[in-house]
Amino acid sequence: MSAGSNLLAILFFFVFIALTLGITYWAARRTKTTEHFYAAGHGVTGFQNGLALAGDYMSAASFLGIAGLVALNGFDGLIYSTGWLVGWPIILFLIAEPLRNLGKYTFSDVVAYRLQQRPVRIAAVIGTMAVVLTYLIAQMVGAGTLIKLLFDLNYTLAVVIVGVVMMTYVLFGGMLATTWVQIIKACLLLGGAVVLAILVLAQFGFSPTALFAKAAELNGKQVLEPGTKVVTGAWDAISLGLALMFGTAGLPHILMRFYTVPDAKQARISVVWATIWIGGFYLITFILGFGAMVLVGTKQIIGVGGGGNMAAPLLANAVGGAAFFGFICAVAFATILAVVAGLTLSGAAALSHDIWVNVVKRGHASEREQLRVARIAAVILGICAIALGIIFQGQNIAYMVGLTFSIAASANFPALVMAIFWRRFTTWGAVTAIVLGAVSTLVLLYCGPTIQVDILKHDLAEISKQWWYFPLKNPCLITMTLSFLSGIVVSLLKPEPAAEAGFAEVERRAILGAIPDLGPAAAKAAPAQ
Amino acid sequence: MRTIDPIHAIAAKRWGIALTLSALMLVIYLGFILLVAFGKPLLSILLSPGLSLGILLGALTIVCCWILSIVYVLWANRGYDEAVAQAIAAATTGSGKKS
Repeated sequence: MSAGSNLLAILFFFVFIALTLGITYWAARRTKTTEHFYAAGHGVTGFQNGLALAGDYMSAASFLGIAGLVALNGFDGLIYSTGWLVGWPIILFLIAEPLRNLGKYTFSDVVAYRLQQRPVRIAAVIGTMAVVLTYLIAQMVGAGTLIKLLFDLNYTLAVVIVGVVMMTYVLFGGMLATTWVQIIKACLLLGGAVVLAILVLAQFGFSPTALFAKAAELNGKQVLEPGTKVVTGAWDAISLGLALMFGTAGLPHILMRFYTVPDAKQARISVVWATIWIGGFYLITFILGFGAMVLVGTKQIIGVGGGGNMAAPLLANAVGGAAFFGFICAVAFATILAVVAGLTLSGAAALSHDIWVNVVKRGHASEREQLRVARIAAVILGICAIALGIIFQGQNIAYMVGLTFSIAASANFPALVMAIFWRRFTTWGAVTAIVLGAVSTLVLLYCGPTIQVDILKHDLAEISKQWWYFPLKNPCLITMTLSFLSGIVVSLLKPEPAAEAGFAEVERRAILGAIPDLGPAAAKAAPAQ
Repeated sequence: MRTIDPIHAIAAKRWGIALTLSALMLVIYLGFILLVAFGKPLLSILLSPGLSLGILLGALTIVCCWILSIVYVLWANRGYDEAVAQAIAAATTGSGKKS
């Protein structure tokens, strides 16, 4: 990578920053209420939200991580490509429409709808923050590593730049700016990936199988077969699969996006568009991964550093030259910015809307105050993101993200589903399901090979003799089951008649939405509305 | 106490299709993952040079996500949206009479 390609990358990057800051300025003038700050005034169309969801979701791990995993391991990367998509139909069938109809700004609105506000919201914020912070770590570490490699910039400085730009979007432009940053990023990422795939396939007569065949010829037939590097055992595979599938439906920054559309039907349309874009992208990533394996070579990808994450940019350099390399680097950077902005906004919503307004002020806070607290929360989270990015340096980001999904699937998803579907779900059932899900994920993760062997470098044979050793890399299979079971058991042991009585209202509103004739029961059930 | 509630009927219908499609998605994906975990020789079969059964099934899993999503949208367009619109209309005129 010559100085020239670096300059081009920096140029593309500045164009993106200038454009998005311009949008932020435009959005800031429209962001006067919490409804605008959290939900872009519910004025985003289904098609736009589909693109924004794709932009919110397709992280650096999707683009750089999967391409790298496939480039180095072949077939095994496909487990992530498919796993990250299969959660979307689940969101479509079970979550999107009831969520849009029942909630206002956060998914806690839905869980707490007919339950006691304070305990449930505190628990839901624990679930939200656990996901937001671990995901922020993955993204910020990815950003720092990437920018260090691309622009030859100091890691710490890179993390600070990402944090400050992202904070600017969220602080001033709120959801409206974040939405458009995500839409632009999705278009750039999809466009860039398509062009890159076409350039790769052009060298193989536009036949993906010719590319795969060449990869097998160069690196051995095993690159087309399930291997042992990404997934070490059968139970690991299942557990990881569950985490990716149901974790998607428990990501607070994704769930929050459904409030930006005017109604449930638009929420439905937006998931379908998101599924189409994201699925198409993952199909393309597979071509990019094998393309990098063949045209760049595994040796060079490992040699550059970054744990395989440079595979896609290096491929761009190989097939499109310095200009395209610069463009793809800028796209990768934009990718990270869009995701961290969404994460920070959802974290800020949890801290201000759930904790400050509904727990501390019991639903009584002026618009001005709510907006001010939300912005303070965004700044605090931005600073946290920068600090965490600096503390957690040098991990494979695809790995880390898998763990985030495990928390989302074990803490948020069970409570959300039971709150929408199950009549006898209670306040303490919800609290137990969320807290136990989150805590057990962290504990089992710590006692498992991911932390003990990969991070702490303990000897596997030695550590597996310990009584507390947990053999799964991803604990989701156990922790999600535990979360559902504990929620059910606690709810059945101590019934809550008020919550059960409120279920008819939940069922009605999940289908019809917030129509005028909701009666006094609704006002009592959801004081924040 | 509660007579036949039309909204309850709509809800029951929607949960029916939603759970069916979710179960299908789960079966398809877990099937794929289980094959990856237990059926390595099977997935390693080459259908043509460069195309293993594993890669084909992986790509088909993504296509299945699209198909199931489109099935759901077609179902919703064919009656569900209209039933909801009617229920909303009934509820709002009902409240108009009361007040």
